[in-house]
Amino acid sequence: MQTRTNEEWLSDLRGDNQDQAIEDLRHVLKRGLIYALSSRIQTDLEAQVDDFVQDAILRILDKMDTFRGESKFTTWAQKVAVRVAFTEMRRQRWKDISIEDLMPEDSGDFTPLVLSDPSPNPEKRATQTLMLEMVDEMLKTDLTERQRTALMAVMHGGMPLEEVARKMDTNRNALYKLLHDARKQMRNRLIEKGITPQEILEVFESG
Amino acid sequence: MKLSSETIQKMMNSIRSTKEEELTCGHCYEELDQFIEMKLLGKNAEEAMPLVKEHLDRCAACREEYEVLLQALEAMIQ
Repeated sequence: MQTRTNEEWLSDLRGDNQDQAIEDLRHVLKRGLIYALSSRIQTDLEAQVDDFVQDAILRILDKMDTFRGESKFTTWAQKVAVRVAFTEMRRQRWKDISIEDLMPEDSGDFTPLVLSDPSPNPEKRATQTLMLEMVDEMLKTDLTERQRTALMAVMHGGMPLEEVARKMDTNRNALYKLLHDARKQMRNRLIEKGITPQEILEVFESG
Repeated sequence: MKLSSETIQKMMNSIRSTKEEELTCGHCYEELDQFIEMKLLGKNAEEAMPLVKEHLDRCAACREEYEVLLQALEAMIQ
């Protein structure tokens, strides 16, 4: 395969050598994705990667003007291909799961799950319960409904940001900002209460 | 709402590392190819681009993409 400078990649993909340049790019992206995704995709790896690469090439041709030349073109293109692949893999993985499915059960009476854990130390259990109640109260009173929902979907449900964003009709950047504001809000509230996150973590450390 | 101790610990770890100004996922993505090339060249990317490093430490989704991109680029070099 022909080696190209960044300028040659851009020129060929925009010009008369487009067909050959696309095939060369397809080869590069496919090789990288097959290798990197082989442990994450158990069936039809090659077919799925072919689809990711096809979508990635369309995205790359569309977004070529945003390439700033601060890396190799192929590095930038592979970054786009990885994003395309993850977007689709995450969409598939989470398509049948709603955010509501991920919310902790609301029982009315507060019964922290930690109480079901066997602990030899009643004093430690009591402190854990107090901390859980305090954090639960902060979530209810200091965060907006939207912040609380997003935070629990990510922290409790383990849903990736872009999927939470999709299901909340927003985008990944806006969701990140929403969560950043929520974290700052909780951090400031803890400061007001005179307690640090580290102190809370120590209460939950095993042993 | 029932919280588990695991969720609380995740939350506290996340709050503990919260900075007043943080890169968003979009900004991290823009810088990622530059960051990763420095890594591949054996340069100290973390020191040169600390905000990207902080975002990758904090954001599981971006970190996952970074790790796979690194593997993909290593395959291209081989």
